[in-house]
Amino acid sequence: MSIDTQTAAKVAKLARIKVEDEALPALANEFNTILGFIEQLNEVDVEGVEPMTSVTPQRLKRREDVVTDGNMQDKILKNAPDAREGFFAVPKVVE
Amino acid sequence: MSDLNKLTLADARDKLRAKEITSVELTESCLSAIDAADALNAFVHKTPEIALERAKAADARLATGDAPAMCGLPIGIKDLFCTQGVPSQAASGILEGFVPEYESTVSGKLHDAGSVMLGKLNMDEFAMGSSNETSVYGNAVNPWRRGNDETPLTPGGSSGGSASAVSADLCLAATGTDTGGSIRQPCAFTGTVGIKPTYGRCSRWGVVAFASSLDQAGPMTKTVRDAAIMLEAMAGHDPKDSTSADLAVPNFEAMLTGDIKGKKIGIPKEYRLDGTPDEIVKLWDNGTAMLKDAGAEIVDISLPHTKYALPAYYVIAPAEASSNLARYDGVRYGHRATLGAGDGITEMYEKTRAEGFGHEVQRRVMVGTYVLSAGFYDAYYNRARRVRALIKKDFDDAFAAGVDAILTPATPSSAFGLGEMTDEDPVKMYLNDVFTVTVNLAGLPGISVPTGVDAQGLPLGLQLIGRPWEEGDLLNTAYALEQAAGFVAKPGRWW
Repeated sequence: MSIDTQTAAKVAKLARIKVEDEALPALANEFNTILGFIEQLNEVDVEGVEPMTSVTPQRLKRREDVVTDGNMQDKILKNAPDAREGFFAVPKVVE
Repeated sequence: MSDLNKLTLADARDKLRAKEITSVELTESCLSAIDAADALNAFVHKTPEIALERAKAADARLATGDAPAMCGLPIGIKDLFCTQGVPSQAASGILEGFVPEYESTVSGKLHDAGSVMLGKLNMDEFAMGSSNETSVYGNAVNPWRRGNDETPLTPGGSSGGSASAVSADLCLAATGTDTGGSIRQPCAFTGTVGIKPTYGRCSRWGVVAFASSLDQAGPMTKTVRDAAIMLEAMAGHDPKDSTSADLAVPNFEAMLTGDIKGKKIGIPKEYRLDGTPDEIVKLWDNGTAMLKDAGAEIVDISLPHTKYALPAYYVIAPAEASSNLARYDGVRYGHRATLGAGDGITEMYEKTRAEGFGHEVQRRVMVGTYVLSAGFYDAYYNRARRVRALIKKDFDDAFAAGVDAILTPATPSSAFGLGEMTDEDPVKMYLNDVFTVTVNLAGLPGISVPTGVDAQGLPLGLQLIGRPWEEGDLLNTAYALEQAAGFVAKPGRWW
């Protein structure tokens, strides 16, 4: 599997990271190096092996589905780059 | 008394309780050492006011005899831990200016145990790196040098600032986190002790997430005893982390008897890699002999899937990172790019993340995105998770055959020069974690203990891997190794 600049551009788009066109060939190259390394996994016989979901056998704990905290709008908005009137502000989303 | 900053946690604790010293004196000694060590770039947010305030409170508690386990002991906190009211950036530009309104469970527990926070420590950005060279704060520097050669060396990564600070006696101990070796490799590079506990032993709540199924916090200290003291203070069940284990935390320090007679120590043949320097092989053989002399039974074991641990890790960790780091969107916290006329929300995301994330983080997020993308999920991600199951089974089989702990080298080399790997391909850097990454994939506890120096005078460490939840037994084996090795070398002060 070899990644070309077009695929690299698509991955960058999916990851929501702006990559300038001139940087794409080098990026594709790096991906290929890393994926080449990962290809080794194809040597392993994984027939009948379940993909691991949890490294410890224990079941995740559950708790009652109730509100445990809240009423901290100021704290939540405190680190926002742009907060207005109690909301996070973002550029226009809907045309 | 001068040089209080050079004390171990255990010695300082005993002196505090015996009223020979005060926490304020101890803390001031560390603060002076920190201020004189800017060349190491280990502390990136200093918090002297908080430190002195906590030291005074600790002295008051000590005076009344109401002193918890780490009362008055000054420590550093890796920048990955959210600390209330103190910048917590994960060494990333995208969290520039982020000041949490809450405290991570682990740093909160350390505070509750009476410890004194001196400041935040340098690291690789989002803990992605093995040399502390991906940090937005610049490189942390290893206090160790190759004899009289002034080439600055890496303290390792990602917990490079923690390792540098403990090694240079800027603090008595520090927190680290370990996703693929980020506690153990820096400890090996700096002559310090670091344990990555069993997955689930320490809460991940409030620790900036890298790869959630692999991340664990742990202590980085000057001695094994100190690691036992500090791990006990950090560990324990936390309802806010659903993967945190609801198990009692033993008194780890009380388990340090140094008696390992009859313990079975496995030596995995797959860790004898081609190209491993003779010095590392010799270190490993010496360590094996030390444990044998201490009464342990040495057995050859096989962990057949070892070779596939790194490639599996470099699928799973970036996959989880790409998901975890999706939260950095320029909306809720941290950096937002300046937008041009007509830029919409997608441009905001793309520009913010391009400006805020460094190169290595971008690369891993994109690799993760790729391996999780439609059409490749099974071929890469699911295959890697299957291989991970096989790697864990290798260890399960060894333990089922009666092995108590496994001895391996901690790193394939001693500390390398900052910048020496810059022109190499990324995979070369990833190979630093070849001996440590298996342990994260299997969720096991692993500890790095300094046991020797190389021909250039740089420290080298061995790794012991233990059974799940048996950190106490593992620490005791590490204690026996530490006693036998008698490693006492310290870096000569040049900073």
